[in-house]
Amino acid sequence: MDTESGSAVEVFRSVSVPLPRARAFELFTTRMTEFWPKEHSIGASELAEVVIEPRSGGRWFERGVDGSECQWGRVAAWDPPRKVVLLWQIGADWQFDPEFETEVEVTFSNEGPDRSRLHLRHCNLQRYGDHTDQMRAIFDDPAGWTGTLAGFVDLASAQATPGH
Amino acid sequence: MPASVDAVLDALGDRTRRTILERLSAGPIAVGVLADQLPVSRPAVSQHLRVLKDAELVVESVAGTRRLYRIDKPGFRVVREYFDRFWETTLDNFAILAEAEAHDDTRKRGTRSRRTKKG
Repeated sequence: MDTESGSAVEVFRSVSVPLPRARAFELFTTRMTEFWPKEHSIGASELAEVVIEPRSGGRWFERGVDGSECQWGRVAAWDPPRKVVLLWQIGADWQFDPEFETEVEVTFSNEGPDRSRLHLRHCNLQRYGDHTDQMRAIFDDPAGWTGTLAGFVDLASAQATPGH
Repeated sequence: MPASVDAVLDALGDRTRRTILERLSAGPIAVGVLADQLPVSRPAVSQHLRVLKDAELVVESVAGTRRLYRIDKPGFRVVREYFDRFWETTLDNFAILAEAEAHDDTRKRGTRSRRTKKG
């Protein structure tokens, strides 16, 4: 895909798992905590749990070890065991932004009686727009969001406050 | 050499520089025009632009006698690579968990069938 065309920017990944698709769907949506990279957290406290509320319009959020919740997005479509669409609403400033939406579409297809395939498409990444460049160093950091984000938020709030 | 995270964070930590980036997101602007639009002096604007340039957030080009500044736009390569890497890791983890689940299922079935044979 041409990155400079201004068309939709997306990533696509798929993985085959030795579970019937209903089990795979359930595992993906109810036990995300167990496979989510722990350092990918935007909450103030350490990530304890990732929660997808199992309904269209439900919230997708992290719960910290201190019990605080930090929203990541919403459930745009809930169609078990075939499909779930999550809205990833973390903006360029690494804060939840209800106005900002990128879509994570996850579908499950049968590959046999006890095997299924998960297809994941993260779409509309072009909505990061010019902010992509602001996040460049963070994206290029092998440590991902770790520390960097906390540092960014601290720095941004510390420097924004005197101006108010 | 890519700009350091510190340089980017420092650059973004200033309100005026964030305003400059917002203005530039609409298109390239000359430093003089930027200075007219902002409540800071032209030398101050130049200083802010230098910080943004060092952080690789903006690039400058010369159009006749004017220096134009624009948002550095290498395309969406980084954002795509980031999410591609992120989902690769996450789905690999998911596959490992699924394998473990399948293994548990097989063991449970094995236990059940042995019991059935005995009974």
